[in-house]
Amino acid sequence: MQIARVVGTVVATQKHPKFAGAKLLLVQPVGLDDKPRGTPLLAVDSVGAGVHEKVLVVIEGRAAGEALGRKGAPVDAAIIGIVDYVDARE
Amino acid sequence: MQLAKVIGDIVATRKDEALHGIKLMVLQPLAPDGSAVGRTLIAVDAVGAGVGETVFFVRGKEASFPFYPTEVPTDAGIVGIVDQIDVP
Repeated sequence: MQIARVVGTVVATQKHPKFAGAKLLLVQPVGLDDKPRGTPLLAVDSVGAGVHEKVLVVIEGRAAGEALGRKGAPVDAAIIGIVDYVDARE
Repeated sequence: MQLAKVIGDIVATRKDEALHGIKLMVLQPLAPDGSAVGRTLIAVDAVGAGVGETVFFVRGKEASFPFYPTEVPTDAGIVGIVDQIDVP
């Protein structure tokens, strides 16, 4: 899993039926120092996250499908938690 | 599987229901000589690891197997605590 910051929302009317009702958010992975790391990506949201929130993103197909509660959904990333705080040394 | 050091933990009140009661740890992958390699990541803990310990973790869907039959949405999981590494 990666820590990421929600940077935007995405609306798509025409999409695969398995996406019906799913919320799509644009997230920017960040390091422990809160600095952006890599390119932003699209993730389905299963916890009700909002823009600017720090979230936990799972980047793996089957796990993302489980988060969405649908087997065989064509997704590869999902928000599975909202980070209250990170306690890390180093 | 890969070696890593547990360098922290994460608190998330709002999360996927299948994650309730599961510890989320911050990992720094390690080379065999103990030096840090690659990006830090977050992993679920299946063995009771603590901050500062050297562990090994698995990537991918298999990370959720220790919690079977609960389908935990994760892509990385700690599956062992390392006692000793011997690299001749």
